[in-house]
Amino acid sequence: MTTVSIRVNGIATSRDVAPRTLLVHYLREELGLTGTHVGCDTSNCGACTVHLNGEAVKSCTVLAVQADGEDVTSIEGLRPAEGMEFHPVQQGFHECHGLQCGYCTPGMVMACAALLSENADPSETEIRTALEGNLCRCTGYQMIVDSVRWAAEHTPTA
Amino acid sequence: MIPSAFDYIRADSADAAIAALAEHGDEAKLLAGGHSLLPLMKLRLASPSVIVDIGRLAELSYVTDRGDHVAIGALTRHRDVERSELLATQVPILAHAAREVGDPQVRNRGTIGGSLAHGDGASDLPAVVLALGGTLIARGPAGERSVAAADFFQGFLETALAPDELLTEVRVPKVPNAGWSYQKFNRRAMDWAIVGAAVVRNGSDCGIGLVNMSTIPLRAAASERALAGGASVAEASSLADDGTEPSSDIHGSSEYRRHLARVLVRRGLEAATP
Repeated sequence: MTTVSIRVNGIATSRDVAPRTLLVHYLREELGLTGTHVGCDTSNCGACTVHLNGEAVKSCTVLAVQADGEDVTSIEGLRPAEGMEFHPVQQGFHECHGLQCGYCTPGMVMACAALLSENADPSETEIRTALEGNLCRCTGYQMIVDSVRWAAEHTPTA
Repeated sequence: MIPSAFDYIRADSADAAIAALAEHGDEAKLLAGGHSLLPLMKLRLASPSVIVDIGRLAELSYVTDRGDHVAIGALTRHRDVERSELLATQVPILAHAAREVGDPQVRNRGTIGGSLAHGDGASDLPAVVLALGGTLIARGPAGERSVAAADFFQGFLETALAPDELLTEVRVPKVPNAGWSYQKFNRRAMDWAIVGAAVVRNGSDCGIGLVNMSTIPLRAAASERALAGGASVAEASSLADDGTEPSSDIHGSSEYRRHLARVLVRRGLEAATP
């Protein structure tokens, strides 16, 4: 066993885990944060996307020991924007019906939030390109793109 | 899917990583970004008993101007290669091709050294470094040595690296005025290439790397020779599949891949020719 300490959603966590423990299992099984989903488990679908030091990563392909000492944000860690019920990307998915079954949604939202943190006003093409690592089998993506545009247009400027 | 159990060693320097490899030999594997190795381990296609984590070695993450070439630290992530201003102006095909690897999440973790040391014939960057005539620097217990990219890829997921050697740096010549093209043919945005072709035309020199036309990354040597001898683009590209051994799978037959190689090399040469 190896002791792993990860700051998750702003809270210090520490567990003794086997080195082969994947970050997604650390989140789901050690911490009970089941908002992060396991989809394909082969780094294709993006359902497990979380932020590692602010960057989107696929947590099924990161070992918990690789995140030792780092900052992780999962879907549970997104904070509502001023005057909104949710984070702007979550609010956008809500407003624009950016999901049907919802399985891909936590990863989609985290990938979109990472995009907007680097590019606050992405074009449709930039959104589609940025989401190449996230698969949705329900929506056909159009309403996801609309959701991200909604978030871009409604994110309060600092 | 969960990898087989392994012992975990976090190296705090390149020398410590080499020492760990020397101690554990064939049982040990280096872990950089993990986006080639971890999928193999999860599928139990690889089950190393020792993992030496080099992912935090900041000393091996850089893109540096060295006069006639650009030196890239082996642990430079695809994300940093694609965003490098130096590469964008001096070796634009490499910055462009890095953007074609996987998807943003993969590029946030995967490294150029990891991609090359993995030696997958289906990966984007080995073919580009072959086309550029790059050089790879390996460090082992006895010191450093350089290996031409053309001599680096030796068999299915096998490279010239010894079990106790660490790939530390990739050197690519500056080619600011070269014509270039990276032709990647796939069905889904983040997939591996069904076939790809990297073309760099610098004056009378032409380098062509092929993706997924064999178990190892290849040069289109017959096409390169034909061009050097004055052949037309049409003539040279018709030889692009000479000496290749593409596989057949659900994405395409061997014959289809040969056809794609000829078409993509022709397109690449046309795009790279002023």
